[in-house]
Amino acid sequence: MAKELLKGNIAIAEAAVRAGVNAYFGYPITPQTELLEWMAVRMPELGRAFVQAESELGAINMVYGAACTGARVLSSSSSPGVSLMLEGISYIAGTEVPVVMVDVMRGGPGLGNIAPAQADYNQIVHGGGHGDYHPIVLAPANIQEAIDLTYSAFDLAEKYRSIVIILADGSLGQMMEPAELPPMKPVIMRQPEWATYGAEGRERRFLSSIYLDPPEEEEANFRFERRWQEIKANEVQFKEYFMEDAKYAVVAFGTSGRIALSAVRNARAKGIPVGLFRPVSLAPFPEKELAAMAEKMESLLVVEMNAGQMLDDVMNITARRTPINFYGRMGGVVPMPEEIEAEIEELTKGNISNETHPRDRWLAHMGKMN
Amino acid sequence: MSEYTVEEQVVYDRPDSLSSIQNHYCPGCTHGTAHRLVAEVIDEMNEKSNTIGVASVGCSVFAYNYFDFDFVQAPHGRAPAMATGVKRVLPNRIVMTYQGDGDLASIGMGEIVAAAARGENITVIFVNNANYGMTGGQMAPTTLPGQRTSSSPTGRDVETNGFPIRTAEMLATLDGAGYVVRRSLHDPKHVRQAKKAIRLAFETQRQGLGFSMVELLSICPTNWGKTPLQALHWLEENMIPYYPLGDYKVHPALSQKI
Repeated sequence: MAKELLKGNIAIAEAAVRAGVNAYFGYPITPQTELLEWMAVRMPELGRAFVQAESELGAINMVYGAACTGARVLSSSSSPGVSLMLEGISYIAGTEVPVVMVDVMRGGPGLGNIAPAQADYNQIVHGGGHGDYHPIVLAPANIQEAIDLTYSAFDLAEKYRSIVIILADGSLGQMMEPAELPPMKPVIMRQPEWATYGAEGRERRFLSSIYLDPPEEEEANFRFERRWQEIKANEVQFKEYFMEDAKYAVVAFGTSGRIALSAVRNARAKGIPVGLFRPVSLAPFPEKELAAMAEKMESLLVVEMNAGQMLDDVMNITARRTPINFYGRMGGVVPMPEEIEAEIEELTKGNISNETHPRDRWLAHMGKMN
Repeated sequence: MSEYTVEEQVVYDRPDSLSSIQNHYCPGCTHGTAHRLVAEVIDEMNEKSNTIGVASVGCSVFAYNYFDFDFVQAPHGRAPAMATGVKRVLPNRIVMTYQGDGDLASIGMGEIVAAAARGENITVIFVNNANYGMTGGQMAPTTLPGQRTSSSPTGRDVETNGFPIRTAEMLATLDGAGYVVRRSLHDPKHVRQAKKAIRLAFETQRQGLGFSMVELLSICPTNWGKTPLQALHWLEENMIPYYPLGDYKVHPALSQKI
């Protein structure tokens, strides 16, 4: 199939349609609304289920119900809406039913604004809902990657009976760029051995997140953790750019990673030996790969559109052995490549030490700037 | 001893759709009656293997153990949304929620109103016992004015706590509602009427006539601090005047069945 000019939100929606999604439930919220609007047209014309719910609470619980039948189900929202969905996400995780979610992040906290941000990292990667659970979190940096990750997300969710969250942001949702859509898969109603779709010809089943007996709940928690170890061993995804001879590395995901790549290219043109390490799966995080890479670097620069939420993970994983600088923009402000390029040049001065926290140094530095 | 034969005839048995296990309901609680009526109707309609239930949070949280058909268990108040998800991907199945008044009329008011407004083709069994049973008898949206509960210890003061919600009347105003009625479980005559209403509610769904709900006035002897018999009298004398029994919405296509 040829490349077409596609808007991110629509590309993600159509990728899910072509992956054979049986049902979509959502609620309008900027900057993800085009995703819902696309589904409002596509799902009924294909004879599949679409409901614009009364709220994100309604939407996520419709997703929960439909997923219990074994159907392929999708929902999408943006940061404040996702906050509202976290109750349902915890229940879905506790019930072990596969679901695919899209979070097109915007500026916050609170109502914030509708500009791109990455401040849902902790809310999504480290849970957000109550209890011990781990969604698989995939962060695309361009529209083709958003399509490819969404297209394969349903198989991944079903393989592990897990939640898969596509973590995008307002920039990826709203931008248009050329990308190729995958072929249409047949839509089928699956009847997995755990699903509740009517007990014709078999023992009846029930699906719940209740384990009233604490030892049973603990056993379920051990099951979740062991499955997570399996996911960590098999499903790590990341991309490296200009890393072969790099002495310095930028670590950034999603849109930050995309902008950082421009900065890295510019720095390379000036002869600076810098590369980019871009985690694609934020959960499971490419821990071993990052740690091994960091060992070889003189210093790292972590770039995010938040106050350093992934930075904390990077510092843990590298055990603070490699000096790290942090550069973040917040509240819907997107960094320019030149800003990151200047930060890369800081790395080359060789005076970075982890004796003070990178976030403290960043705050002091930003204080001078603003 | 002289020999004689007795011809045995089973006149009362457990419905197939009711599991053969002990339930956790308090002695005298009318949840058991409501469960049995639903199970009898599902059996009579031969829908046991075609039904998916959605349990709620509250005393009926374990309903999925007591009904012998497929079940899922919803977060507090969200059963109508979950049932919507099930029904939209399996439109030929019978989908029911079983909810109490705290679940349906307080935390889940958004979901129930939206499901009824959409004309969601599901059946809701709504057990109204005028308090939160599971957590130990706190004030519910349905608690009567002046009624003492553990969180309205001097009686519900409408000046500060507002007024009880008549859910059936409210939902009946929505065009998506196909069958919305209120019945009571306080004596055998009313129990029979309740069963007939439950049958009509599931018939509404089977015929695709929209949202159906049967509100069942029920007792909570433990939390009301009454014997079961006192509680049944209290329901009749206090709840029925505030929550009149009746048919609030009946789809015209159902009228010949009444």
